[in-house]
This record gives sequence, C-alpha cells and structure tokens, in this order.
Amino acid sequence: MIPELGQFSLVLAAVLSLVLGVFPLWGTFNHNTSWQALARPTALLQFVLVALSFACLAYAFLTNDFSVKYVAEHSNTMLPKAYQFSAVWGGHEGSLLLWMLMLTGWTAAVALFSQSLPLAMVARVLGVLGLVGIGFMLFILLTSNPFDRLFPIPPDGRDLNPLLQDPGLVIHPPMLYMGYVGMSVAFAFAIAALLSGRLDAAWARWSRPWTVIAWAFLTFGIGLGSWWAYYELGWGGWWFWDPVENASLMPWLVSTALIHSLMVTEKRGSFKAWTVLLAIAAFSLSLLGTFLVRSGVLTSVHAFATDPTRGVFILIFLAIVIGVSLALFAWRAPEVTLGGSMGVVSRESFMLLNSVLLVVATGAVLLGTLYPLIIDALNMGKLSVGPPYFNLVFAPLMVPLLFILVPGTVAHWREAKLADMWMQLRWVALASLVLAIGLPFVWGSWSAGTALGIFLGMWVALGSLNNAIERLRKPGRIGGSFWGQHLAHFGLAVVVLGITGVKSFEVERDVRMGLGDTVTIAPYTFRLVDMVDVNGPNYKAMQAHVEVAKNDQVFDVLYPEKRRYFSSAMPMTEAAIRSGFWGDLYVSLGDPLPGDKPSWSMRVYHKPFVPWLWTGVLLMVLGGMVAAMDRRYRKRNVAAQLKTAGESLSSAA
Amino acid sequence: MKKFLIPLALFMGLVVFLAVGLQRDPREIPSPLVGKPAPAFSLPTLVGDQPFSPADFKGQVWLFNVWATWCVACREEHPLLVEFSKTQSVPIVGLSYKEIQAADQANGPLNDTDKLALARERSLRFLQRLGNPYKLSVMDLDGSVGIDYGVYGVPETYLIDRQGVIRFKHVGPVTPQVLQHKLLPLIRQWEAS
Repeated sequence: MIPELGQFSLVLAAVLSLVLGVFPLWGTFNHNTSWQALARPTALLQFVLVALSFACLAYAFLTNDFSVKYVAEHSNTMLPKAYQFSAVWGGHEGSLLLWMLMLTGWTAAVALFSQSLPLAMVARVLGVLGLVGIGFMLFILLTSNPFDRLFPIPPDGRDLNPLLQDPGLVIHPPMLYMGYVGMSVAFAFAIAALLSGRLDAAWARWSRPWTVIAWAFLTFGIGLGSWWAYYELGWGGWWFWDPVENASLMPWLVSTALIHSLMVTEKRGSFKAWTVLLAIAAFSLSLLGTFLVRSGVLTSVHAFATDPTRGVFILIFLAIVIGVSLALFAWRAPEVTLGGSMGVVSRESFMLLNSVLLVVATGAVLLGTLYPLIIDALNMGKLSVGPPYFNLVFAPLMVPLLFILVPGTVAHWREAKLADMWMQLRWVALASLVLAIGLPFVWGSWSAGTALGIFLGMWVALGSLNNAIERLRKPGRIGGSFWGQHLAHFGLAVVVLGITGVKSFEVERDVRMGLGDTVTIAPYTFRLVDMVDVNGPNYKAMQAHVEVAKNDQVFDVLYPEKRRYFSSAMPMTEAAIRSGFWGDLYVSLGDPLPGDKPSWSMRVYHKPFVPWLWTGVLLMVLGGMVAAMDRRYRKRNVAAQLKTAGESLSSAA
Repeated sequence: MKKFLIPLALFMGLVVFLAVGLQRDPREIPSPLVGKPAPAFSLPTLVGDQPFSPADFKGQVWLFNVWATWCVACREEHPLLVEFSKTQSVPIVGLSYKEIQAADQANGPLNDTDKLALARERSLRFLQRLGNPYKLSVMDLDGSVGIDYGVYGVPETYLIDRQGVIRFKHVGPVTPQVLQHKLLPLIRQWEAS
C-alpha cells in the first residue's frame, strides 16, 4: 500500500509540474497576475508531494519490502540500516527520485526566499523550473519507476553494490546532485531574464547567491567523490579522468566562470549575453553529465545499466531543453545593450580572461570525454582517451588561470594601472618566488614542475592573505562576499599545493609480503605482523595488521582489509590510511600469492599532502557558503526594486 | 545576430553524435584476434585425463565459451547455451577461466593439484545442476590461455572456423538477439565455406 502511495504522490507531483510549467509563464504573457501568483504555492506543494514519495520509497527499504522490484535489487536484510536508507539512491530509479527531490527542493526554496523579487520574475523562474521538472517526472514515470512491483516476491534482496556501502558514498550523490540541480536555478534565472527581455544588473544580483550555493555543493560533491575513490578503490589515486568524473568537472568549470561573470554583470552591467550563455551551459553540462552516466553511452566505473530506451529519452529531453534555450538566446541576445566601457587592463579584462580559460578547459575536457564516442560514430574505430591527454591539455590552461587570479583580485574596475598593481603585489611575488625555489629542496628534490606548482599555490595563497590584511587596515564593515572570495581562493591555493606535493613526492611500492616481512619507505618501515579473519554484518574479510615504525619506533598499526561480500563475487579493498598534516601513509591488501610460505601482494604508499586536497576543497566550499550569506543579498534593495518596477510598467505600457 | 546562433549550431552537431553514439554498444570491442588462427594450447579437461587442444577440432566449426562458476553473467547466458547445445548445431567448448579465486585461498595458497580438484568438483556440480551445454570444458586455472585469447571479461564467446581461425568474438552474456542475428548467421556462413 505504501509504495502505491509513493507512486500516487509522484504522479500528482508530475501534474503539478505541468501546472507550474504552464500557467505562471502564460500569466506573464497575458499579464494575468493571479496565474502568476499560482507559482509559489504550486512549487511548495510539488516539493511536499515528491518528499512524500521519497519517504515512501525509503520506508519500503527500511521495512525490507522486497515486493518492490527496486528494493529487491538494491537491498538485503543483512544490510546495515544506514545503508538500507542510502540504498534509496543506490540505483538508477532511486537516484532519479533523489534528483527530483532536489529539483523540487530548490524550486521550493526559490519560492520561499524570493520575497524581494517582482512577481512576474518569480513566475518566470519557477515556471522554467517547472518545465525542467516535467521532463524529469516523465523520465521517472515512463522509463524508470522505482515503485514497480515484483512477483513472485523474493525471500531476500540482492544487496547494495558493495562499492556503494561506504559513508562517503552515502553523501556523495546527494551533494553532487545538489550542485547539478542547483545549476537549474541559475539556468531558470537566465531563461527568465531572456523571456522578460530585461538582462540587467538586478537579474545578476538575484541569481548570484543561488549560483554560488549550487557551486559550493558541486565543489563538495566532487571533492567527496575524489576522497571516496582515494580510500575505497584501493589504488591510491584521487582523480582518474573517468568520463563520469569529467561529467562533474565540466559543469564545475563553467559554473566557476559563471559566478565570476555574474559579478561583472552585476557591478558593471557588462558581459550580459556571455553570462546568460554560461548559465545555460552550466546547466546543459549538468544534463549532459546525467545523459552520459545514465544512458551507458560511455563505459566507465560508474556505468550502472546500459539501457538505450532511457538514453533516447534523456537525449530528446536534452535536445529540447538546451536547443530551445540556445534558440531563445540567439533570438534575444542581440537586443542586449553593452555595459560600461572597460580598459585593456582592468578587473573586467581579468574576468574575461578567467572566463575564456575556464571555457577552453571545459572544451578540452568535453572533447576528450566525447572523442571516443565521436570516433566510433564516424566508424573510425574504438579508442579511449586517457589521463595523458587530459594532463597535457588541462595543466597548461590552469597555469595562466592561477597566475591571473591574483592580479584580478587587486585590479580596479574599468581601468587599472599595472604600476599600482605591482606595488601591491611585489612582496607577494617575491615571497612566492623564494618559496618556490627553496621549498622543493626542503621537501625532497627540486624540479621545475614542482617549483612552478609551489609558486602558483603560494602566489594565490599569499595574494589572498595580502588582500585580507590590506582590507582589514581600512575602516568599514567587511561583507561576506569579500571573506568568501578570499577563503575560496585560499582553498584553491591549498588544493594546488596539495596536488603539486603529492605528484612530486609520492612513493608507491607494490610488494609481496609474508608474515614478518618489512618494506621501507624512508623514514617509515612497515611490518606485516598478522593476518586474521574478520566477520562483518554482510561480509567476511581478511585483515592484515601492519606495524608502522619511524626510526625503529613503532607508532601505529594499520588494518587494511580485503572484504568479500556475501552478495557479490567481487572482493573489495578497504585501504588503511594514517593521515597527518604532511601526508598519508596508505596500505592496501591485495590477493594471496602462490608459494611455499603464505604471502600476499600489498600496496604500501607514502602520499604526502593528500589531506591538503580535502582541506582545500572544504575551504572552497566554506568560502562559497560565506559569500552566499552576504547580507547584501538578503536586504530588500529598494532602489533596484523601484527601478525594475518602473521598467515593468514601461514594458507593459 | 549570426554569432549568437553559434552555440545552437555547435549543440546540434553534438546531439547528432550523441544520437549515433547511443546506437553503438561501447562494450563491443573489436578483437585483434578476429581473422587470426586461434592461439594453440593444451589444457586438462573437466573430466578424463586427455588434454584438449584446438587442433583436435580442426575441420569443424565450433564455439569457444569462457565461463566460471563465480561469474554471475554466465548464469544468465547458461540456459540459452544449454538450449542451443540441444540443437546439435556446432559443439561448444568451455574455457573454465580462473575458477579458483583469491577467496578460495584466503586461508593460505593451495597447490596446483588441490586447485584442479576443487575447480573440477565445483564446475561439475554447477553443470549437473544447471545443465551442461559443453562438449568438453578445459581448465584454465591460472588464466594464461585467457590472456592469449585476450579475455576482457567473463563470459566471452568465440566462433572458430574449420581452419581453426577465429571469426567472431562476443563479450558479455550471449543473448537471444546475439544468437539469432550474429552467431547463427555466421555459423551458417562458415559451415558452408
């Protein structure tokens, strides 16, 4: 009965999406304010219904209702309760429902926190979100219904994929989806602005906090995914240029460009068409990511089910949403007025360069991701594009990006003087240069690449600190966006230093170890002291006890495991990691090896600076949140309101 | 006006590629071995003491199917293989691939004799329960023959002609569609030649 209730509320929610997508938008064309006023309550009710539907599915999981096919396929009575809950989004159908929950959640949030917006704008934004919702609702109901029943009812379920039985994976998809789906808000604002024909500073101001929050979620989601891959896959890598990772990186790059471009549009009224295009692109790439993951058109570790029907549906949806948006853009953008003039050296020009570099990087990643597909479509064979390509094209684009970041933060709007900027930054430049030359010697060995990485990291970190100190010496309240900006930039610097450190100084040893054997990665010595059987709730494991010593002084024991889940033939690696400020010691247990004496293959790694990656990502997320909380966005801006009210009157006349 | 149409045009191009790409199966991997003689080997079989090598089947068309009892997808294709074997069309030779897995040696490595005995026992039980489509099945315990054939994932199926040349390779479970539209026409073609 409960699953039917879930199904029923999902159908009702789909009907409400239709109402939301049609009437308020229609109301803005014929100036019917009562139709426009329909938007808010419809958006809220839609969210309540989807939440109810989601709760019903969660209930089915927690009560082991294996008559529901999706539950039987992704859960098991032995599965711990927390994973039974997270199994709700452990498969295709449920993760779409989660996606829908997020979308209606964002829609409801816009409905609640848009009191300062003119009604027509609210109606347009919510209407566009409703239209997006219709597509996803139809997708769920027509191709991927999570409430389908199963008969005969199996005595037990098939269990959740062991790879997904992990705390990191419990929150990774929701965070990533919050980011992906959050881009739909920026998109809806952009489309609403195109529809109204008013691309002004007010529009940019409204959509800025939403975009920054979505960006922060996306950053967090990507960071979590990388962290998960690092400790769960047992290879010690944190980024693989896998198609699905790329699918999340592309919207991140574009949305990073977008939040910067929005700033220019708000402050200077420039880049309007470009900003709108970036907003469309960020959401389009989120949709494309969904398509790539869900259609099985590319193979990847994330490929869940290859189902061409679903692929065709998403592709048609993608073509309609993006095609119509870009057509609207082509129709409306030529009417956009140019903003204020800008000098060759000015904050605007740095922002433009930032946008261009990020968009080119996105293009490079997109090309690398889709190249195998394009070659196959042209019948030119099968191939795959690997990390060498991505590293080769991506790094050279990031170097100038990181370099211009610092002058971009000190340059004045409209016209900046290079001499002034140099005066502000000379100590930062000098200190970064000295550290870049010196630190590699301290940390190990000197190479040009290491020095360049350290220079860029220090340049951004010290540049941000310098700005903060300069600002503190001046009077006046400092807004959240200032702190957010520098916190995020500082976080980026920490990530850059972390990447440089781990790439330059990591040591990896794949060894064969018997009981009592040691392996040394100076100054650490690892000794395999014991190998025991462990029983988990739904798996059995071999657990190694590895003593770690520094200068003959044992200071820790690591317990890497090889788990065998009852439901799966694939053994799972649980690496044991000891994290410290300067890096990780990483041990993962491999297979038993043939031979007279029992021995196992082991991966023993020293990964310096890896915690810096996660710390940096968290700082960036925090920066985004702080920036979005700036009081400026919450204050009812009377002047802007009067201005837009006046414009809507004149456009109505 | 025109420059604002560029994004739309680029996107249209992308959609075309995605649409074509959707019709392709990314798991369909061309094997460099297709058109080449099947790599020779001599391996013990599931029952009996006579080793088998591909040369024994020269002069007839046969299927070479990679399987293992631990392989879930193999169970999926198994009933179809059993049905197919009843038609007496062409013989199927099984390649029991890496039957002994790490978990079997969790309490210490096994020696080769024990491995073979355990693998035979388990495979026989599997075939007795689910039906035996194989004329015979060879035991590739260390997976070395699998490497020679470029086994990418279990199950896989190879079609080998009268001259001992590999003519087709299918990765993943054999489905009724694959059997109807790919394997059977090819079998007919190579039987006739």
